[in-house]
Amino acid sequence: MKLISEKGVKRILMATAFSAISALLLIALFIISEGLPFIFKYGLKEFLFSSDWQPHLGKFGIYPMIVASLWVTLGAMVVGAPLGVAGALFLSEYVPKSVMNIIKPTIELLAAIPSVVYGFIGVMVLAPLIRDNFGGPGLSLLSASIILGIMILPTVISISIDSILAVPRSYREGSYALGATTWQTIHMVIVKASKSGIIASIILGMGRAIGETMAVIMVAGNSVNIPHSPLDSVRTLTANIALEMSYATGLHRQALFATGVILFIVIIILNSIASVAIRKRMVKR
Amino acid sequence: MRIHPRYTQGGAVAVLGGATILTLMILIFIIVFILEKGLPVINLNFLTSNPEDMGRAGGIFPTLIGTILLPLLAIIIATPLGIFTSVYLSEYTKETKVTKVIRFGTDCLAGIPSIIFGLFGYIFFVITLGFGWSILSGGLTLAVMILPTIIRTSEEAIKAVPKSYREVSFSLGATSWQTVKKVILPNALPGIVTGIMLSVGRSIGETAAVIFTAGSSLRIPSSVFDSTRTMAVHFYILAREGISAENAYGTAATLIISVLMVNLSAYWLMNRFIAKRS
Repeated sequence: MKLISEKGVKRILMATAFSAISALLLIALFIISEGLPFIFKYGLKEFLFSSDWQPHLGKFGIYPMIVASLWVTLGAMVVGAPLGVAGALFLSEYVPKSVMNIIKPTIELLAAIPSVVYGFIGVMVLAPLIRDNFGGPGLSLLSASIILGIMILPTVISISIDSILAVPRSYREGSYALGATTWQTIHMVIVKASKSGIIASIILGMGRAIGETMAVIMVAGNSVNIPHSPLDSVRTLTANIALEMSYATGLHRQALFATGVILFIVIIILNSIASVAIRKRMVKR
Repeated sequence: MRIHPRYTQGGAVAVLGGATILTLMILIFIIVFILEKGLPVINLNFLTSNPEDMGRAGGIFPTLIGTILLPLLAIIIATPLGIFTSVYLSEYTKETKVTKVIRFGTDCLAGIPSIIFGLFGYIFFVITLGFGWSILSGGLTLAVMILPTIIRTSEEAIKAVPKSYREVSFSLGATSWQTVKKVILPNALPGIVTGIMLSVGRSIGETAAVIFTAGSSLRIPSSVFDSTRTMAVHFYILAREGISAENAYGTAATLIISVLMVNLSAYWLMNRFIAKRS
């Protein structure tokens, strides 16, 4: 005897299939319902473009944090994207497959290292190095950029390799048959054919960098100011939420959720771009 | 001026190879550095005794319990949801607008930063549902966080089951659900388990989403409504408040070893799965 009919099973499966999207909507709903009233009350322009963050005085301008987040993310891209794409190209085009099959999982394994550990390395190794060689407090925009750049490497490398390997063999063979060297094949054929996947990997890395919290709190120094040099201490949007969430109440807490709303929107936009880029690759194939 | 292809070729090998070696060296340095400083701290006593004086002395026993309970609860909740979703997507429906929306939602959920999960878990599970800072709130938050990973890896594992298996099952008169239960899921199991293990690895190392939902109590929990502190949160507190560098290194090493062990077994399983396939 059957407990549930085929149709019943299908209904149950269909209902669960909506779990992820409902979770996403639930997250959006709760963050927005907590943050949006604040934005209306305080004014979006004042919230985004005022440099005055003094919660005890009722001043909630997140402009310095926005600037810091942008600089830190840009810095992470400058460090991580070239290294990651270069590594992906080298591993997929120059190195024998057997070697790559060992190195790629190793790099992916490193994506599993908790972000607090990266932050700790930043505090113990990188910050003193920067302080002694370049001056400044050490815990700075520069340290945060480098640590985040390292943290996004596995994402960039792994997704880039996947899209490079998806380039049909015949493209390479055609290029080699014309007498091209490996490098000529890479920059004239491979990079062009796998462009959208490589871009997607960089955008996903960017999403990771902008959303990273714990590592940034540990290495960025956390003072609320608009940085004038890479050696300045900065506080990012994410760090601001995490640092003040534990004691914030009332309007202050709402301001932190409103910061979350801004972050949420930025991430969804970045992910949409990446997912369009990846889908374009699939269609091409 | 045109440079001879032979030189650009040599230059490219040097630059790309150099970048690759640099990447590997940085990543290996991180692991070696932590293990070198942390391993001497770890002993049986460190793992089985309670922290004393806020973690300045003593061990990390309660945080081990938290680190086991939270990911466990998360996978108990997320695994059935994830597997059912992937079964529905791959076996019960064609590519339609609805599946596209589901996939896009899953991708978006995967990209959401953990601090947002922390905010959501706090306002939804801790405050609105009234679970407080607890294992339950933390486990549910982590479950939402790992759901996309489980959906994706399960779907890939299910897709890898050869079409002929399904055809044979249907030709014997089996229904869709019987085929899923008796043919597809058993064959996709190693791949699904790999996804679960990777999720456990991510949950173990998670800090931002956990600290606002499960709290940071060092007491040994007696129910799912008690607050707990995971190893990652403990390490963060030790390192950030400069409580004890020695214990921070010890905790970090234990953390890294646990995460690597979980992930290595996931890869081992996946390789065995692939070997069996071909």
